[in-house]
Amino acid sequence: MTNYIIRRLLLVPVLLFGVTLIIFALLQTMGPVERSALFVRDFPRNERQIEGIIKKYDLDAPFYVQYKNWLLGKVDKNTGIREGGILFGDFGYSRTASQPVIDIIKSNFPNTLDLTIWAVFPVLSVGIWLGVKAAVHQNGWIDQAARIFSIVGTSFPTFVFGLLFLMIFYANLGWFPPGKMSDWVNNLIYSGQFTQYTKLLTIDALLNGRLDVFWDALRHMILPILTLSYISWATFVRVTRSSMLETLRMEYVVTARSKGLKESDVINKHARPNAMIPITTLAGFQVIALLGGVVITETVFNYPGIGQAAAAAAQNLDVVTVLGFAVFNGMILIVANLVVDILYGIIDPRVRLS
Amino acid sequence: MSDTIPTGDNTLLNETLPERKISWLERFLGPENFRIVKGLVKTPASIMGFSLIFLFILIAIFAPVIAPPVGNDPYKIPRDGFTAEPKPMGAEWKKNVPDIPFWYTPLTGKDKWVHIFGTAQGQYDIFYGIIWGTRTAFKTGLIVVIATFLIGIIIGSVSAYYGKWVDNIIMRVVDVFMTLPFILAALIMAAVLTPMMGRSLVPSILALIAFGWMGYSRIIRGDILSVKERDYVLAARVVGVKDSRILFKHILPNAVFPTLVLASLGIGDVVLSFAALSFLGIGTDVGYADWGQILSFARNWITSLQNYWYIVVWPGLTLVMFVMGWNLVGDALRDVLDPRMRGKS
Repeated sequence: MTNYIIRRLLLVPVLLFGVTLIIFALLQTMGPVERSALFVRDFPRNERQIEGIIKKYDLDAPFYVQYKNWLLGKVDKNTGIREGGILFGDFGYSRTASQPVIDIIKSNFPNTLDLTIWAVFPVLSVGIWLGVKAAVHQNGWIDQAARIFSIVGTSFPTFVFGLLFLMIFYANLGWFPPGKMSDWVNNLIYSGQFTQYTKLLTIDALLNGRLDVFWDALRHMILPILTLSYISWATFVRVTRSSMLETLRMEYVVTARSKGLKESDVINKHARPNAMIPITTLAGFQVIALLGGVVITETVFNYPGIGQAAAAAAQNLDVVTVLGFAVFNGMILIVANLVVDILYGIIDPRVRLS
Repeated sequence: MSDTIPTGDNTLLNETLPERKISWLERFLGPENFRIVKGLVKTPASIMGFSLIFLFILIAIFAPVIAPPVGNDPYKIPRDGFTAEPKPMGAEWKKNVPDIPFWYTPLTGKDKWVHIFGTAQGQYDIFYGIIWGTRTAFKTGLIVVIATFLIGIIIGSVSAYYGKWVDNIIMRVVDVFMTLPFILAALIMAAVLTPMMGRSLVPSILALIAFGWMGYSRIIRGDILSVKERDYVLAARVVGVKDSRILFKHILPNAVFPTLVLASLGIGDVVLSFAALSFLGIGTDVGYADWGQILSFARNWITSLQNYWYIVVWPGLTLVMFVMGWNLVGDALRDVLDPRMRGKS
């Protein structure tokens, strides 16, 4: 096991190097004036300022020098102040949003996290439940329905699904509005009577004992949650079903049946735990996919997460900002992948040896 | 000495099995690939998928007849004026009326051309957008699929054939490319390319290619690893055939078919991702016939979508049908390619 973890840990710097290298290469396609947003706030106004900035931040230096500056930042020799440096959390300055990229991340990432956490529950529970049901009653109506559901689900683009949802449940029925919260909640937060412990609105609402705020937050999140999760549902149902079918054909299941165990015991105690092994990995990767897949969903529902911020920056062709989000996302996903892989190694001993 | 003639019932020795008829297609494809093709046209779901695809191919081919183009560039959606407010379905066409297609008057009995699916903001006609958007969809889908397939097989086969450290390095590169979620990576790439080459189909296509080849290279790698161990490859090596010749003449043709089929069915996914990029506001100029863009028009009318539902429903439905056609066939393919299903159909 230690061996497996070490091998997996060694991959982290490799991935980190690769991802940052790709992103840096993309950055280099920009001119020095655009790239100066990595270090300074304002757009340089005249020739002299541009030249000064290029000189100060080595924007015309060779590739490796600039790569180093980009990673570690540039320390002013006199003042000792560091400017830039993505490894220190400085992703540059977003000139279209008029604030540092890291500030956008700080204010928007909790929202994305909130949404993702809530999207994970329905995906896991309903997906696994449906998949097991479909496998146990193979070719029964649940199986057929799950199959149709998963094909239709994978064919529905998230943004079409989201727009249809908005059309029905917001425009027609007025039940679930887009955005993140109602105005009165916003006022409440700014009034200072609402303590933000975690910055996750639903959890803060519970901690403050404000069920009305909690309900308001959930009301805004239900449509994005459903939109985010239905595609994962489709995948989940399919994988659970095939994994369960495979397990049900195993000899120990036949043994369990032939010694006269109840069918519910055979399924719940013998077959299902083993069928869960591939599903656990998938669950991990789905959480990761959710974190990344929020770009479209958040944009459709105008939900202020990092996905929406990234899409807005891309639409404004603000390359430095977009790439800042890319670096941040890449770092998170590398760590998340690591966790999933190690968990998988713990659950399934066969993985460690391969 | 006399010859002993075997006596008794020896009809079994003479009996021959009737020769199985092997069609030219099976001869051409080989038994394994033939099984794949046969499995694909068997289930009702995949036949429905093929019908949908066929329907869209017809629409793409006959686009100039179904919706006669206006002006020099048929991909520019014709506009009926410039006002913001969308017009409902069936509203009469007032300004810059295009030629009425031949099928319209006999079918409806009217002689005034209308907006069949209504107009989006800026009076872009949705019907034209959908019909000509079909061509855009096939165009982008084919280009991206062919390019990613070629890149995928070259990288995957080199990696599998040489093995050892070459394989190791290439697979780590694949890991790196797969770290970022696909749509985010494509969005970033397109956002970087657009200022350099201007708004057109090209940045999105390049972005989808840049982050779309990894899956194919992994699949072809697996298939080559198994083909590589066959005796005829060993024989070729013993005779002293060049590496590149062994790879491209002996191994690849025997390993490539599953990836080829898989890639050709990837068109649905590519079109979906392309539409997603357009929807996010990256890609073509405003007014280019492209499904994702018509859908993005709906974004400004979310509070009154109950009135302007046709901006979402028609292009949305078209996109879903298109993608579903490919997915239905792809689902059948998954069953055929599943090794556990081998020999069962």
